[in-house]
Amino acid sequence: MGALPANIFAGFVVSLVALPLGLGLAIASEAPPIAGIISAVVGGVVVALLGGSQLTIAGPGNGLVIVLLSSITLLGEGNLYQGYLFTLAAVALSGMLIFLFGVFRFGALSEFFPASALQGMLAAIGIGILSKQIHVMLGITTAAGSPISLLAQVPESVLFIIQNASLEVLVAASMGVGCLLILTLYSRIRNPVFHLVPAPMWVVFLAIGLSYYYEYIMAVPYPMGEDLLIKLPENLLGNLPFPDFGKVKTLEFVGVVFSLTLISCIESLLSIKAVDKLDPLKRRSNVNKDLRALGIATTISGFVGGLNVVTVIARSSVNVNNGGSNRSANLFHALFLLVFILLFQDQIQRIALPALAAILVYTGYRLAAPENLIMLFKIGKEQAAIFLVTLGMTLAYGLITGIAFGVFATFIIHILINKSLFLFTRNWLKPNVLMFKEEDSGNYFVSVKNFCSFLNFYKLKALLDEIPEHEHAIVDFSLCEFVDHTVMEGLNGYRRGFASKSGVFEIIGLDVHFSDTQHPFAIRKVMPMKDFLNLGSHLTKRQKSLEALSKKLKWSYRPELSSDPQSLEKFEYFKSKQINYQYNVLVDATERFSLFDLSYSEGAFIAKEDLKSSFLMIKLDEQVPQFILDKEHLLASLYEPLGYKDIDFIDAPDFSRRFFLSGKNRSEIRKWFSPELIFFFESHSYFHIETNKNILLIKGKNRLSSIDEIKKMLAFGTELTHILKK
Amino acid sequence: MSESPFHKILIGFAFSPNLKANVFEAMRLASFLDAHLYFLHVGSKSVAKEKTFTDILEDSPVKPEKLSAIWEKGEPVETIREQCQKNNIDLLLLGAMQRENMLKFYMGSIARKLTRNAPCSVLLLIKPSVIRKPTQHMVVNAFESPQTESTILSAFHFGKALNVNKITLVEEINRSEVAVEADDDRGLRKVTLRKEKLKRRELSRVKEILSHIPDSLIEGIKVHSQNIFGTRGYSIGHYAKVVRADLLIMNAAENRKGFFGRIFPQDLEHILSELPTDVLVIKSKGNG
Repeated sequence: MGALPANIFAGFVVSLVALPLGLGLAIASEAPPIAGIISAVVGGVVVALLGGSQLTIAGPGNGLVIVLLSSITLLGEGNLYQGYLFTLAAVALSGMLIFLFGVFRFGALSEFFPASALQGMLAAIGIGILSKQIHVMLGITTAAGSPISLLAQVPESVLFIIQNASLEVLVAASMGVGCLLILTLYSRIRNPVFHLVPAPMWVVFLAIGLSYYYEYIMAVPYPMGEDLLIKLPENLLGNLPFPDFGKVKTLEFVGVVFSLTLISCIESLLSIKAVDKLDPLKRRSNVNKDLRALGIATTISGFVGGLNVVTVIARSSVNVNNGGSNRSANLFHALFLLVFILLFQDQIQRIALPALAAILVYTGYRLAAPENLIMLFKIGKEQAAIFLVTLGMTLAYGLITGIAFGVFATFIIHILINKSLFLFTRNWLKPNVLMFKEEDSGNYFVSVKNFCSFLNFYKLKALLDEIPEHEHAIVDFSLCEFVDHTVMEGLNGYRRGFASKSGVFEIIGLDVHFSDTQHPFAIRKVMPMKDFLNLGSHLTKRQKSLEALSKKLKWSYRPELSSDPQSLEKFEYFKSKQINYQYNVLVDATERFSLFDLSYSEGAFIAKEDLKSSFLMIKLDEQVPQFILDKEHLLASLYEPLGYKDIDFIDAPDFSRRFFLSGKNRSEIRKWFSPELIFFFESHSYFHIETNKNILLIKGKNRLSSIDEIKKMLAFGTELTHILKK
Repeated sequence: MSESPFHKILIGFAFSPNLKANVFEAMRLASFLDAHLYFLHVGSKSVAKEKTFTDILEDSPVKPEKLSAIWEKGEPVETIREQCQKNNIDLLLLGAMQRENMLKFYMGSIARKLTRNAPCSVLLLIKPSVIRKPTQHMVVNAFESPQTESTILSAFHFGKALNVNKITLVEEINRSEVAVEADDDRGLRKVTLRKEKLKRRELSRVKEILSHIPDSLIEGIKVHSQNIFGTRGYSIGHYAKVVRADLLIMNAAENRKGFFGRIFPQDLEHILSELPTDVLVIKSKGNG
């Protein structure tokens, strides 16, 4: 119950994101805008009550836009509203199927798809959304055709704007482009006040504000075409549409139900897995229970005019970042949406479509971002090939055919790499995994035989899921001839899970594969970070200065990336963040001081922010009380939901005013902060400082520190340890 | 003190490149067990063949006291079965085949049939060698079955005779016995607790069996117990390979006749399709 205010707050912030996304996703599917809000409200309530995960937010999803769009146009045969009614029937039926998937424990479904093929499919969905919405963003709603032809029409649309540059056309286009700029630059601007409102809500504010500006300040009619404004039904609760089951027996209808079910399940399962990784409390979600809840929610949503309800990653990550800690946040997000839609009907109808389209263009871009392809290319050329095959086939023949081709292509590539079909056909259905708890050491030992790929990863996963994450697990691949990328990526997820609960997850036996050219996945996946930079030969200017600094201090310097985050995950600061890799590491001779740059990220998908900062880690001689020290005001709001209250000192008002100090054992901290220490902090510049047992972590700015700043940080750290020694 | 169950050993031989290794292994084993060794050749007898065979016998550094050679024509599987029954054989030796270019061994079709239907215990050798490779670590199945107790007893006799230093008793527990799924944290805790409970149950069962084994057999051998949650008949083979055991000792297949016996592979089939190491299949007396 103590967490209730924090969850109400998180639910509120999420609803600010969910409102524009819900409206936008519905519009992109050619459904009435309100349909998106209905699915979010139903999803929030039902999944919060019946779901099996704590931090996820349910609502209309990106992945389904393409299926819904083609369903509404296909089934409606020209009449979009009729198509929407037919689609509602498909939504309701797919909900029942999703429920059955949960009952029959198909939660492992997403494991059967190769990771790269799934990425290719998501990229195709992204291009599908982006290609259509980019025209709407420019204020043109008439563009139509396949995603590729729509993309080809972009120059035409731009030309049209230039040729018909009336006020109305220009306002629409510049609003769309302006909103897109806000969304892309949002994560670059690290102003805390600006960040109090999520980016999509800024877009909404801008759109509504502009409309009011014209009406009240300029006192002229809003120069925005009728077709570019949202229309909500007059009586919201009174005339909810009812699904039309008239086409149930047609082949197209069955195809739509099947696609909706499959894509909903995949999107939800992937999101649930991703959100679990963000959970500060590292809870494990019950995916089958979640699927059942999502199924029920989808069926209800279909009957009251809403779309499919899925677990959505971006909104969930916003929830985590704003202190949501249990399912009630999902419920509150739904209730706030209901309040918005009932109280602010007029304001919502002032939102112009180009603004919403900008959000969708940004979403589509993040799904299809070229970085994803480049990343895969670095893991292996064959991964990029799988990605491209899936992407191309999905764009050409639709989602189901596309993903089927992706799976097939992956399998063929695996056969070619091993030069053996036999390895797979002979061993596919045979058991290939063994797990036992070693009697003497108590470690869990897992051995894998023959091959391990997306085809049989579920067997290995079933065993790994039964190891408590605070234990020591050893996975041995020495009897295994082939390990694919999907598996290596999955195992990396386990490694993170174990690390965050102070367990150990070791992978052994892959060094056999290292020297063997027949196993490129293993080689590239084991040390994928090596290829990122061409190390040694090209050090940047900053790296050269760091090297020089290390020589002067007689410290050792390692520029290369390493993905082993040591004990960093134990610090509060990283509780809801994901650590990517560490680089430019400077270590002193006694290995007590280590200074490094760290890449980590916060949030996920469109709400994701990648950060790089410099840190100084100091091992102290003795244990110190656990505390967090930072500049006042900013952190106070972020940590209070986690149960951290500011500690103030009566005889040090300046320190208490300027610093936020908190920790679990308050009296011990008070004793430990001597007047001398307080004076030291008062007289030096601000750093984020955290302790964990005998380790002191000092964080620089929200960006990489310059050489001068690093020197200052070092001086600060050294002086601090001197004071602590006394 | 109970008596060793292996008095009479039979090995079928053919004139293959492996002949010498097979003969040497058999001679060594028979003298360790102090057993009567029968050589059986299914095929015609010729002077040249006999000469090759006796030359090899002469070469062997060890020789069991009692030796016989049988030359018999006929269909291999049936002939070997008949001779086993006729001579009241306790242990039949069979060689495995190796997959081309791979370090994997499997049983040929004749050996498979014999393993399934032999009237006695069967020892499957994956790599017979001329020079002795001492057996050091034996893995013995200890899952819940009426045959298990006598299998373990035979294993200790065998181990004592071969002077092994370590015996690991493996209890395979079917995953379905746990009957809980680790869907979320609560499920995981339940699964862990339930596994602990099953493990203790198995441990006390194995202790009970061990208490019936004469001390003289256990003396000098390190006895371990390991429980595994996994597919029965599969996990133990994989385990034997992981711990690099020299010999795996299993119960003979229970006689499941009829439709279901054919449809569902029996416990031994996983082992037969891919031998992790030498395997001894114990046929308990009074069980067929």
